[in-house]
Amino acid sequence: MTTLARRFALFAFTAWATITVNFMLPRMMPGDPIQLLIGKLQGRVTPEMIASIKAQFGQGLDQPILNQYGNYLSQLAHGDLGTSITLSAPVGDVLFSQLWWTIGLIGAAAVISFLIGTTLGALFGWTRGSRSDAAIPVATFLQSVPYYFLGTVLLMLFAGSLHWFPLMGAYDPSLTPGWNWEYISSVLRYAELPIASIVLCSLAGWMLGMRNMMVTTMSEDFVLMAVAKGLPRRRVMWHAARNAVLPSIANLALTIGLLVSGSLLVEQIFNYPGVGNLLVNAVGNQDYPLLQGIFLLITFTVLGANLLADLLYFVLDPRTRTATVN
Amino acid sequence: MRSLRLPRSPKVLAGFIILSIFLVLTVIGPWIAPYDPNDSTFIPNLTPSWQHLLGTTALGQDVLSQLLVGCRVTMVVSFIAGFAATVLSIVIGLSAGYIGGRTDEGLSLMSNVFLAIPGLPLLIVINSYLPEGQQANPLVVGLVIALTGWAWGARVLRAQTMSLRDRDFVEAARIIGESRWRIMLGEIGPNLLPIIAASFLFTILYSVGVYTTLAFLGLTDVSTWNWGTMMYWAQSNNAALANEWWWLAPPGIAIALVGTSLALINFGIDEFINPRLRAAGLTARQRRRVGLAKRPRLGFTPVNQSATAGKKDHS
Repeated sequence: MTTLARRFALFAFTAWATITVNFMLPRMMPGDPIQLLIGKLQGRVTPEMIASIKAQFGQGLDQPILNQYGNYLSQLAHGDLGTSITLSAPVGDVLFSQLWWTIGLIGAAAVISFLIGTTLGALFGWTRGSRSDAAIPVATFLQSVPYYFLGTVLLMLFAGSLHWFPLMGAYDPSLTPGWNWEYISSVLRYAELPIASIVLCSLAGWMLGMRNMMVTTMSEDFVLMAVAKGLPRRRVMWHAARNAVLPSIANLALTIGLLVSGSLLVEQIFNYPGVGNLLVNAVGNQDYPLLQGIFLLITFTVLGANLLADLLYFVLDPRTRTATVN
Repeated sequence: MRSLRLPRSPKVLAGFIILSIFLVLTVIGPWIAPYDPNDSTFIPNLTPSWQHLLGTTALGQDVLSQLLVGCRVTMVVSFIAGFAATVLSIVIGLSAGYIGGRTDEGLSLMSNVFLAIPGLPLLIVINSYLPEGQQANPLVVGLVIALTGWAWGARVLRAQTMSLRDRDFVEAARIIGESRWRIMLGEIGPNLLPIIAASFLFTILYSVGVYTTLAFLGLTDVSTWNWGTMMYWAQSNNAALANEWWWLAPPGIAIALVGTSLALINFGIDEFINPRLRAAGLTARQRRRVGLAKRPRLGFTPVNQSATAGKKDHS
């Protein structure tokens, strides 16, 4: 099996495992899950809610578990994620309307922080032992600051006290959404502070990782060779950096999961719409169909992003390709 | 057995000092707290003063008391999670790496699945299905966090075990006829110590972050004091917009300090595992003292450089 095919197989398996976990979790609870959910809702139940809870469990729990599983899979295959208890709308529709905010915010932040972080890391690795080493403890501290704290402080300083940025939301509420410049510029303006906060928090990780790899790579023979050939310093650095960046790209996949988790917090702090906000509300309202739908969506998005990162690695590192030929 | 000799750099020392302060507070925190953290009879929104060293919240509670009491829960949950996850990753990583074959394939697949599923959402889903009351139980929460955080350690340990599996000393132990478990725990295990220590610290770091995040989102029991719930109450009372920095800053800084201390100790372990990183930690003054060039020259590892030290810098 080639490397890439093996990754595909892994992701397919993970997707199946996630679906199965999602199916099993409510059924692993002691007692009748339907009664338990109704009990947890504590009197706030309407007949429609009970109907949607029952619908979530398919044709009832008296059937053999394999039949239930089969029903569940076929529902999913038809894109049916069930009905949200609190919003009384199909989970799929609810998710689709909110997904774009999250993807835009997280995607932009991920790209920006990766670019800035690895560039800084390469520079600091190149000049290790000089004054730039002072960046290490600063970055370490920045990395340890919990995101929600940094986000809150930024919000307090730049939006609360200085009024440089809007306080909450994703666009000026007086505008109607549409493809006009006024609306789009307002969206960009409202996204600035949330994106900056994610970048600031995730930058350090990229920087430290890249710096370490740069230090290791600079002692390789090919870098010495490049110096011996008399290449200009800038070219040598580019030489080393191109090779040092590979583990960072391999790490990209792992970080995407972290970033998605981070989105839960950004949206909470900045009152930004998106999947994270939806998730927290779903837990608060014990809206289990919505909760499970969000979990599936997040996992699948992360898996897709992982696959993209793998493809990128495959394109960038020729060694993975020669391994395939053999 | 070779003991873990950490490089005695100021970084590592600072890390140990900060961490031990918090460990002491974990034990004595609730005893030395000046007030009951739930007591809301004080004047709200006081800035720090002698009566209330860290001020009071908008609900009229003493911030310092909450911080001290919250320290214990936060640390206990994180250490339970870190410990459980490390044990899990040692068992799975070692078995996968040493036994190999089908066992390896199965276990690796499992850890890859857990690596690919985003941890926090999984944790939130599992947590929301916990029976009422269990969400406040430190042991249960710690174990659930461990369940989502063991995979990275297992992967690293597996790789290292595989590289040790065919070394001569392991081969010798096999020929003597030592049992599989004895080889894994007695021969290979001690050589994995630095990596195990690093992954232990890393998991605690992860647990502190994840646990306080859950609490911040209000998804654990909000009446149990930990640093995350402090931030939760501050956030839900709009402390940021009211500029109540004395309420927001203590829990955030405490979490950051614990995180920094763990990361600093981890640096020491990294330098222990990879000596190439070690010289990079020298300050300009230390460089001058050992006679190194001000700027490390290209193409030489710093380790090589100390051999060539004293030669004139031609750049």
